[in-house]
Amino acid sequence: MAPLDAKTLRADFPILKRLVRGKPLVYLDNAATTQKPRQVIRALTDFYEKHNANVHRGVHTLSEEATSMAEATRTKLAAFVGAPKPATLIFTRNATESINLVAHAWGRKFLKTGDIVLLTEMEHHSNIVPWQLLAAERGIRLEFIPVLTDGTLNMDKAKELLAKGPKLFSFVAISNAIGTVNPVAELIKLGKEAAATVHVDACQWAPHRPIDVKAWGADFVSFSAHKMLGPTGIGVLWGREELLEAMDPFLGGGDMISRVTLEKSTWNELPYKFEAGTPNFADQAAFGPALDYLSAIGLDAVSAHEHALAEKARAILEAEGMTVLGPKDPAKRSGVVSFNVTGLHPHDVGTAFDLEGVAVRVGHHCCQPLMNKLQCGGTARASFYLYNDESDLEGFARALRRTIEFFKAKPKAGVR
Amino acid sequence: MEGDAELQELYREVLLDYFRSAARKGRCDPADMRAHGVNPVCGDELEITAELKDGKVSKLRYSGHGCVISQASAAMMAEAIEGAEISKAKALVAAFKKMMLENGAVSALPPELEHVASLEGVRKFPLRVKCATLGWNTVVQGFEAIKS
Repeated sequence: MAPLDAKTLRADFPILKRLVRGKPLVYLDNAATTQKPRQVIRALTDFYEKHNANVHRGVHTLSEEATSMAEATRTKLAAFVGAPKPATLIFTRNATESINLVAHAWGRKFLKTGDIVLLTEMEHHSNIVPWQLLAAERGIRLEFIPVLTDGTLNMDKAKELLAKGPKLFSFVAISNAIGTVNPVAELIKLGKEAAATVHVDACQWAPHRPIDVKAWGADFVSFSAHKMLGPTGIGVLWGREELLEAMDPFLGGGDMISRVTLEKSTWNELPYKFEAGTPNFADQAAFGPALDYLSAIGLDAVSAHEHALAEKARAILEAEGMTVLGPKDPAKRSGVVSFNVTGLHPHDVGTAFDLEGVAVRVGHHCCQPLMNKLQCGGTARASFYLYNDESDLEGFARALRRTIEFFKAKPKAGVR
Repeated sequence: MEGDAELQELYREVLLDYFRSAARKGRCDPADMRAHGVNPVCGDELEITAELKDGKVSKLRYSGHGCVISQASAAMMAEAIEGAEISKAKALVAAFKKMMLENGAVSALPPELEHVASLEGVRKFPLRVKCATLGWNTVVQGFEAIKS
């Protein structure tokens, strides 16, 4: 694995040249969305300038070009996640929609009153609320694998809860809020041994670490393009072919049908059965170059690079006596560092950092149950990506020291 | 430090003093008026309780967790409204909102809201305005609940 050269890569990201409040931008909000390289921006512009036409049923040249560009991304994506068939990759609006698709099209068909859906306390609201809605409608029961104080899953409890025979087990691969890397392969194996259908929320995994859906052996995997250099408005759902075939459609309308009469309709083949209406084909086309970009660097190099930066950021925080959430073991941590400045609300931290040009996210990170469990209302979160470098770490350290000095924040008890 | 001017502009000394003040933190028990406010952006919660006597807010307390801006602003609200007639209290809330939400002149603030001028800098941070208004919106909810 060749280490990546962030300094060179940075030149591909025009936004990194801008100033924020008169200071060079230090962008550490990558877990929320990543910046886009020129290659992706150019692909989007090129599409609109040279190829734009609605996809599928057109027989004219532009429509053919647009269709083949949008579909080329699906093929690249299949290779990117190790899926034998591109048709098993469904494009949605975002990962939230991917999970809602599973809840509606699979859950409504295959879950009955009293069935258990097993989640974890670490989930993003997008992997809780769709199941709560379904629970209210169908009388299914939700169970949650508890999170330990170090921000990892209680694996003993996981096994106990799986022994209850949940019909579906849906969990997050890497926590967006605190950066815990879950034992994905082990959890999938346990889920399958318990005969559960397994869904993996891979939003924080797909941009950073290789996915091999065949090796994983899960049933559904979801993630989104905008967190991996791609455009906004594109979510992905991979599903096992026989499950996707057995499911009813999600939304009804154009593109998803095979034949429509006034009495009834039959469904189109995969993946179009789940892609009703005009798809977001321009962004779909521009997502391809993002996948090429990541493949050229190699995700192992990406995760090694950002992990090293995140560990240095953690060391800076701990040296100042600040609280860092999540596991102590670096092997269980991602490129996300979630922290609190003692005695200071995350929003004040976020504003003070912003005045230094440093973009961090603050609040509950759409994980209120996890925040409640860890007994903090929220955190400030720095999340690193392939274009971050030592200069960003310096900016981070400068913003932190300035915040501590200005608000006279003290180290947490027991730290000198 | 060079950049500190901007921090000082937002987090003025008066504001930090109100943030640290415990003068009206707590709860009235029993209370004649009760209101619970939430800032959906950050999930911060604020509880306001008050005793009412002869058409006046005779005692007002607030509790909950929040950022410097929301806590300081709640403390200023509590100070201004405690002791005021309810009609006067409503007028004070309106004057505060005019300054904060409609870019009203700080010089137009009534004398009871003298220190509210220190929240002026928040207007440059649109995402933080909700922090400053939490306490004031919550007390309005309380007044409306008495009416009904």
